[in-house]
Amino acid sequence: MKISWLPVAAGAAVVATVIRAAFFTPLEAKQGAAQKIFYLHVPAAWVAFLAFFFVAVASGVYLWLRDPRLDRFAESSAEVGVVFTTVVLITGPLWAKPIWGTYWAWWDVRLVSTLFLWFIYLAYLVLRGAIESPELRARYSAVLGILGALLIPFIHLSVYLFSTMHPLPIVGKPSKPSLPSEMLLTLMISLFSFTLLYFAFLRSRYAYAVERDARASRLEHA
Amino acid sequence: MSTTISQSGPPVVEVAELTRAFGSRTAVSGVTFSLAAGECLALFGPNGAGKTTLLRVLAGLLKPTSGKARISGISLPGGSRARARVGLISHHTLLYDALSPRENVSFAARLYGIQQPGERVDDALRRMSMLERADAPVRFLSRGMQQRVSIARAMVHSPQIVLADEPYSGLDDSGARALTSLLRELLSAGTSIIIVTHNLLEGLSLATHAAVMQRGKFVRYDRADRIDPGSYAALYREALAASA
Amino acid sequence: MPLFTGRRSPPVPDILSAAWLIARKDLAIEFRTRTAFLSAVVFALLGLVIFYFAWDPTAVTTTDLAPGVLWVIFTFSGLLGLHRSFGVEMADHAIDGILASPVSREAVFLGKAIANLVFVIAVQLIAIPALVIFYNLPLATVAGPLLAIALLAAIGLVAVGTLFSAMAVNTRLAELLLPMLALPFFVPIVVGAAQATAKLLSGRPVVEVAAWIKLLMAFDIIFVAACTLAYPFTVED
Repeated sequence: MKISWLPVAAGAAVVATVIRAAFFTPLEAKQGAAQKIFYLHVPAAWVAFLAFFFVAVASGVYLWLRDPRLDRFAESSAEVGVVFTTVVLITGPLWAKPIWGTYWAWWDVRLVSTLFLWFIYLAYLVLRGAIESPELRARYSAVLGILGALLIPFIHLSVYLFSTMHPLPIVGKPSKPSLPSEMLLTLMISLFSFTLLYFAFLRSRYAYAVERDARASRLEHA
Repeated sequence: MSTTISQSGPPVVEVAELTRAFGSRTAVSGVTFSLAAGECLALFGPNGAGKTTLLRVLAGLLKPTSGKARISGISLPGGSRARARVGLISHHTLLYDALSPRENVSFAARLYGIQQPGERVDDALRRMSMLERADAPVRFLSRGMQQRVSIARAMVHSPQIVLADEPYSGLDDSGARALTSLLRELLSAGTSIIIVTHNLLEGLSLATHAAVMQRGKFVRYDRADRIDPGSYAALYREALAASA
Repeated sequence: MPLFTGRRSPPVPDILSAAWLIARKDLAIEFRTRTAFLSAVVFALLGLVIFYFAWDPTAVTTTDLAPGVLWVIFTFSGLLGLHRSFGVEMADHAIDGILASPVSREAVFLGKAIANLVFVIAVQLIAIPALVIFYNLPLATVAGPLLAIALLAAIGLVAVGTLFSAMAVNTRLAELLLPMLALPFFVPIVVGAAQATAKLLSGRPVVEVAAWIKLLMAFDIIFVAACTLAYPFTVED
């Protein structure tokens, strides 16, 4: 079996990131060891939104060109994206509880926006599952992909307005930490490795979609 | 008895190498024919041959994948202008069962731009003998009566082209006779008709042209005045077998 | 396979076994398609989210709670009426009759949306007075702005809801899919309307109310345009 460079590189990058984050990055003064989840949480969020960005763009271009490859690409990006989104939603509370004393942070625009991204991904995938005809499925998913992208800024804005108007009684909500260069570097490395990981997963998921559609089309013509 | 074949005028329906595919499945493949005013094409063929898809493309519900099609000189996809010329009798009745026949047909008339449809609605319903039952909700009518209303609905705006997909289904004897006389009248007045039917004799009695469709293609195409209705059934089966 | 030989047939399952047999079959079907389960889960989760944002965390009196109640109810009752919008076209493919006629696709969407808007406003005209009575709200002072908020919220709900009901009706399990698709989009509407109403009733500075109203207006403008443009893509072509 031919081993391609991308998954190997991605895997190596992630391992390197974990090692660096765990052993070679200083502990954050106030938050301690729990803060290290940050290096998992933030890149996962970045990838979650990046994946959806690709879903939205592929959706738009699909409606213009109607090329099934674009639909397969959107589908693949959505499936990979929803996994990363779930990672964000799991690491969020894991990080928040020891540090803020609460599992869920309604004021955290990123976290709540990611929650809505998760709902949109889920709606996208369930919609796809509810339609038999490939052409209809592609068209409808594309419409949802674009509308979902339009929704995200409104969610952002709603949560932001809400949090500024409802200053919470909880003490110790951290202001944006200014990252010392060591931590910033680790963050950059983890962003890079997660992005590689995304592309690796995307490519193999896309290959699976191509194979599956080819098989289905052979069955149809049999 | 076939209709009198008048001299063919300029074509009202022109189709050249028309193809419609759904993904990898081709439903209509390279169909070519033309129809002048007052002509009627009877379209025969087994289920799944693509007859309904062909009609839906001509009705403006689907866009051609490739090839050319023209309705009254308007190239498809022709938008509103092309759709305004067509009357569609579909597989389904296209009726709202909570509304009455009069309301259904009036709604259709207004969609086609007829501002005060009252008289034309009455006329259409009368031709299909549904005027007495024009005001009860459609869901209380039998299948045959619903079909009559559906036909009235398709004709109310006096279309130039009528696309009829198995219009006789559900009709009883008197309904079938009303439909046949209506179609003949339309043909004499210059309307063009494409009729899909499983009944060869019925189709041939109205037709000026007859086609057999299978797997998206026309496997046989004749002028009706050159066909002997009695032997057409055998020719039909032969054409299907030859292209299987 | 043994054929019938005239001897006694095997014993019919008793009531518990029969019940379990049927339950297993139902669960097997649901597990395979998962749509109903996921839809209900999302409905529950989104409900929780909407409830959070619809209320002021410091809410104490019923006057504080009333706006949240109104707008949450509004969303869920709106969902009930939306399915009807395209559902009515399904029975005899009546939509083909409209699509084969000269009217434009955008006209179909706007027509459906207007009908839905009338429906939603009619419900609001009953729900809002009921709210005033049940929660003893000082309505007179805020009637004008409240109507404006109600209208803006209704427009947003209807724009998104009409589009998604056009899509949902062509899928399996349409009624279950519609809330999944639409509820995430209703959240900015509910939050905006509930917060604006709450601030109005508690006499907060105009600036704060204005921010939420601007959010609603922006939402309406963008989504009415986007949904009207998107509708033709949901029609087979």
